[in-house]
Amino acid sequence: MHASRPWLALVCLLASIATANAQTKGGTLRVTHRDNPPSASILEEATISTDMPFMAVFNNLVVFDPASDLNRLDRVVPELATSWALSDNDRTLTFQLRDGVTWHDGKPFTSADVKCTWDMLTGKVAGKMRKNPRKTWWFNIKDVATDGDNKVVFHLFDPQPSIMAMFAGGFSPVYPCHVPANEMRTHPIGTGPFMFDSFKQNESIRLVRNPHYWKPGLPYLDAIEYTIIANRSTMILAMATGKFDLTFTAELTPELMKGLQEQAPSLQCIMQATNTQGNLLVNRERPPFDNEQIRKAMVLSIDRKAFSDILSRGVYEIGGANMAPPEGFWGWSKAYLETVPGYGADVEKSREEGRRIMKSLGYGPDNLLQLKVTTRNIPDYRDAAVILIDHLKSIYIQGELDPVDTSVWYARLARKDYSVGMNVQGTGIDDPDVQFFENYLCGSERNYTSYCNADLEKKFHEQSQMKDIDIRRKLVWDIDKQLQEDGARPVVYQGKGGTCWWPRVHNIRIARNTIYNHWRFEDVWLDQ
Amino acid sequence: MFQYILRRLGLMVLTLFGVSVAIFVLLRIVPGNIADILFDSAGMVDPVEKQQIVKDLGLDLPLVTQYAHWIGGLARGDLGYSYVSEKPVLDEILPRIPITARLAGLALLFAVCAGVPFGVISAVRQNTGLDYLLRLISLAALSMPSFWLGLLVLMAFVNWFGILPIYDKAPPTWGAAILMYGVPAATVGFRSSALIMRLTRSSMLEVLRQDYVRTARSKGLSEPAVTFIHALRNAVLPVITTIGIETAFLFGGLIVTETVFNIPGVARFLVEAIRWRDYPMVQNLVMFIAVIVVLVNLIVDLAYMFVDPRIRLRA
Repeated sequence: MHASRPWLALVCLLASIATANAQTKGGTLRVTHRDNPPSASILEEATISTDMPFMAVFNNLVVFDPASDLNRLDRVVPELATSWALSDNDRTLTFQLRDGVTWHDGKPFTSADVKCTWDMLTGKVAGKMRKNPRKTWWFNIKDVATDGDNKVVFHLFDPQPSIMAMFAGGFSPVYPCHVPANEMRTHPIGTGPFMFDSFKQNESIRLVRNPHYWKPGLPYLDAIEYTIIANRSTMILAMATGKFDLTFTAELTPELMKGLQEQAPSLQCIMQATNTQGNLLVNRERPPFDNEQIRKAMVLSIDRKAFSDILSRGVYEIGGANMAPPEGFWGWSKAYLETVPGYGADVEKSREEGRRIMKSLGYGPDNLLQLKVTTRNIPDYRDAAVILIDHLKSIYIQGELDPVDTSVWYARLARKDYSVGMNVQGTGIDDPDVQFFENYLCGSERNYTSYCNADLEKKFHEQSQMKDIDIRRKLVWDIDKQLQEDGARPVVYQGKGGTCWWPRVHNIRIARNTIYNHWRFEDVWLDQ
Repeated sequence: MFQYILRRLGLMVLTLFGVSVAIFVLLRIVPGNIADILFDSAGMVDPVEKQQIVKDLGLDLPLVTQYAHWIGGLARGDLGYSYVSEKPVLDEILPRIPITARLAGLALLFAVCAGVPFGVISAVRQNTGLDYLLRLISLAALSMPSFWLGLLVLMAFVNWFGILPIYDKAPPTWGAAILMYGVPAATVGFRSSALIMRLTRSSMLEVLRQDYVRTARSKGLSEPAVTFIHALRNAVLPVITTIGIETAFLFGGLIVTETVFNIPGVARFLVEAIRWRDYPMVQNLVMFIAVIVVLVNLIVDLAYMFVDPRIRLRA
């Protein structure tokens, strides 16, 4: 018996070596894609349709730890930066950059590229990009300076711990200085594990392995192919038959995911928080909605659980501006949520209060307030708007659905050409700075309702500078509560979506609290 | 004959001019423009950036100037650049034409090969069990929405054969192409074949009662010779018209089939371009489809002359 132990140890050792080296190189990862991306330039778009397929072309300075299933501020790891340090009372952020990294066209990556990228993003260099949807993210950057080729210094107006989350998000890749913006939209060049090969409109996107990737031995895959399949039924059938390895992120509703798993039980699936929310939009500049009381009554009419039950069989979460736990880090606890007006379990009591307000304003069963609920003419928006119209009936509001062609939706919002609307919107990162500054800051382009509260804005800045997570979270909850009470843009549900892949794909690590990260695919490998 | 063709070609140019004006104006009447839509994926509209896009794309120029630029370019063979992909329009359209041509061609082949013989059989065997069965099938084919039929076909293939006949990459060989396009073509062609079958049947029934058919029979000709040489040739005129109309439809109207079978053809691309208000793309694609329709009409008219000597003499 004793004699067999060394053999056993040897077998175990060999098995562990075999497991460690099990990753096989080669193969093409086939992924479905839901629609045609507007362009290949991540910096110019705010849609997952661009972010997911092209994220593997790029690197960030830092990223959310790909091994973790939650993107959090304390899980940021180096990428193109090897280290970072704060100085000058946390107003100077210095990144030490990786040496020997080259762009896909062979040119060296230097600190000038980082400066160039953030000069574009902060609007210091205008006219290079057609659009700059996340300009508000970088409001705190005073300037960016280089110190040699391998060091870059960000000077901040104020301390801002969350800025690291923004650097780590999938929407913040570093762009090459020497490549014009229009080329980045059609033929992007990055430092990432995969190089752009082709983008056929409405057909496919193909990336191929970067043989000179700065991480030795990676990536394992030869190529990644995204096939654009606009029809969801076709996509489901294609996935079930094994034609593809991975679905587009969060593409599956709870119902569809269940159906797909029944067809193909060996598929691995995850339901992830998408960081998208359904919002009630009330144009506070247009009478009678300039009356705070009417807005309050409308908020009290909403039965959030009904939204979740009808739209997702109860899978969608109920929360405020920030993502609800357990996936969300900054969202209200269940106990706190009960204290927010309109969020309590007793919906009828809230509606009674709403009716009382409406009666005091002269409305009632014989004098209904007539309005149009404007929404984008696509199912996700329309369905929610119809439920909203039903809820508004409970407080003497007679709503009529006003579906707007999808092409003019944001133009209508920008012109404030609506009274009441239903919107669905996403944000790149589960972080209060992103939420508050992008969506609720006075004058922000994504502040669709033009909500503007100077006192609250001070609190936005106050929480932004806080280092202590617990104290900050308490303030974030209070700000969020105030936003909901003010009817700034009442959140009616927080979305979730399903992603599936076959067991032959290894090292797929989906984040549970975002759809916008973890798409480098550098250590993903396939059974051959 | 030559004069007739010349006259038709002249009319063709006039028609295409009308189409060009109509599509140019209609595109600009519909709400929303590319500058707005480009911001859709950004989730906001920045007025300054939007203004710059409008200027860069030349959308701030007077409409007449914009039209002149387009038509001038078209005359020189320069179709301009897509606003969305920022690639030459020709490079975007050209790869899609063979895809749609193959699909439409196969669908038409299926429709004619099934529709005409079954129409003849149905007429010859009028009021028999076979006639009723064929009429029932054709009625079902005409009533079925093609997206529904397409999905049923896909599900059947998945359940019975474990394969999904959708387009995922360009087929490397002709054989592979026929396999890939065959199923969607049959799905589309099913409806067209039903239409052709019913027309052939009614037309044949009319012709079969004519005196000259009785004369042919009394001369001692065999039944197939009477049916296919004497009767069918005269019954086929309305069928040719229908084939022409179906051909035109198949080139631009396959949006549902292309979507369900994920085929990157002209129709799906056109709808997407309209959604984006990608003016150069839409204008040129519509012109391309218009040229096809006009040409097919011309060919149909010439085919009449070939089939029916009376028309040839009048022309």
